[in-house]
Amino acid sequence: MVSVFTTLAILGVLLFEAIGFFAEVSIFDFFTGTQWTPLFKDQHFGVLPLVWGTLLVTAIALIVAVPIGLGSAIFLSEYAPEKLRKTVKPVLEVLAGIPTVVYGYFALTFVTPMLQVVFPEMIVFNALSAGLVMGIMIIPMVASLSEDAMMAVPQSFREGAYALGACKHEVALGIVVPSALSGIISSFILAISRAVGETMIVSIAAGSTPKLTLNPLESIQTMTGYITQISLGEAPFGSLEYKTIFSVGLTLFLMTLAINIIGQWVKKHYWRRY
Amino acid sequence: MVKHKSIRKEIWRKIKGDIVLVLCLAGIIITLVSLAALLFDAIQQGLPWLDIQFLTSFASRRPEQAGILVALFGSVWVVGLTAFISFPLGVGAALYLEEYAPQNRFTSFIQLNIANLAGVPSIVYGILGLGLFVEALALGRSILAGALTLSLLILPVIIIVSREAIRSVPAADREGAYALGATHWQVARKIVLPQALPGMLTGTILALSRAIGEAAPMIAIAALVYVPFTPTGPLDRFTVMPIQIYNWVNQPQSEFRGLAAAGILVLLAVLLAMNSIAIYIRNRYQMRGR
Repeated sequence: MVSVFTTLAILGVLLFEAIGFFAEVSIFDFFTGTQWTPLFKDQHFGVLPLVWGTLLVTAIALIVAVPIGLGSAIFLSEYAPEKLRKTVKPVLEVLAGIPTVVYGYFALTFVTPMLQVVFPEMIVFNALSAGLVMGIMIIPMVASLSEDAMMAVPQSFREGAYALGACKHEVALGIVVPSALSGIISSFILAISRAVGETMIVSIAAGSTPKLTLNPLESIQTMTGYITQISLGEAPFGSLEYKTIFSVGLTLFLMTLAINIIGQWVKKHYWRRY
Repeated sequence: MVKHKSIRKEIWRKIKGDIVLVLCLAGIIITLVSLAALLFDAIQQGLPWLDIQFLTSFASRRPEQAGILVALFGSVWVVGLTAFISFPLGVGAALYLEEYAPQNRFTSFIQLNIANLAGVPSIVYGILGLGLFVEALALGRSILAGALTLSLLILPVIIIVSREAIRSVPAADREGAYALGATHWQVARKIVLPQALPGMLTGTILALSRAIGEAAPMIAIAALVYVPFTPTGPLDRFTVMPIQIYNWVNQPQSEFRGLAAAGILVLLAVLLAMNSIAIYIRNRYQMRGR
């Protein structure tokens, strides 16, 4: 009951406030506009720069998290001795519970200064640092879930391959990873959904200038970052500014919902029980 | 000649195996090292600022006088109230779904729904709370509004773990009670609930420890304000530790970075304490199970 109520409430509240917003700004402009300047005198309400910012940071995070997370998972599941696995796994799970504001702090005070050594012209708030740290944040999740999927592959598969003369790495990459693929892919999808909805890292480290850019060294703004920026200033109820956070929130909600539904579909259709 | 070729192939195979191993090992090392760097950085920056004065002072514009007291109290209030609201609701929902709900399309729709809710970004819950509790129900930017929002956020998690706990109660125990003439409600209350309780508590504490670190939805509800008093009731304005940390991180002076790190250490200490309690409960329960 509560869950259905929550879903309906989320949709209801978001739709209600967003309709108020779309009464003043056309939906077409909102989804196709390339400028997002609700706080300037010359107001433009094109959500694309915010969506783009979100996708850019998410992409950087995935480039970091997918190979490292998968490598860690393969190591833990196939190479690591049992004792090591049993220590590292809970550590990963605890690390997955660190509040994201801590990662935001880490991005701004540790990673950004380090990156500035490599790219001296880079400004303090940038997409790269936020994306890298977001990647670090989701590694434990990818590693832990992928490792679960690989551990679920029956031992007989591995032994069969060894009996045919396969090496360890051939078993790991040729047998275990393909067999566990549905679980691995759904861990990636969960990671995407986490990254899209992640708020504190981007609002601390990525800046607040919505723009359509491919350059990760520039300052950008994500959907979540925008909502935080407006919320901090206590926008008065009913103002257009106040309504924008609901329209952006609705866009964000629909995006993550779509990602999660794809994830469930993948899990359902490719799930193999051994 | 043929033999020579196959030897080279063998060597190449071995090298390839080593490369894979090294890459995978690099993955786990990068993970652990970067996370260690994160903790080390916070400890190094924060420890000099962490003292009694920091724990017992209000937020201040002067870094040497600033403290985390108000935020600490705010977090305790909000999370305490959240526990009070979400635990009975979550356990009730789980009990209904496991023991009473008929297996029909509506039930499976609810289950899918719960799974989806667990994937909604927390900031969306924040603006839901802002629209629903703060504005529509006119609770204002109060502790109660914050706690209700966090309850919605962690309810899916509590329902999922509670259902797992209920499912792990052996069917034989249930059937024994039925055989003695117990009613459905008696079985649920006297047999299922006591056995599932430790699992439910563990899950709830872990969910609450997630709630205490949530900054995004709390910013939407509480906004960024200077609160000069510790809260005295559920309708007071408040701030929580993650918001305070966020605020300090965003200050330009470097002293505030140290304060932020000290705040992070306090937050992590609270989290560690909550996790230890959860693990303690789980271990005790497992020992009794054997």
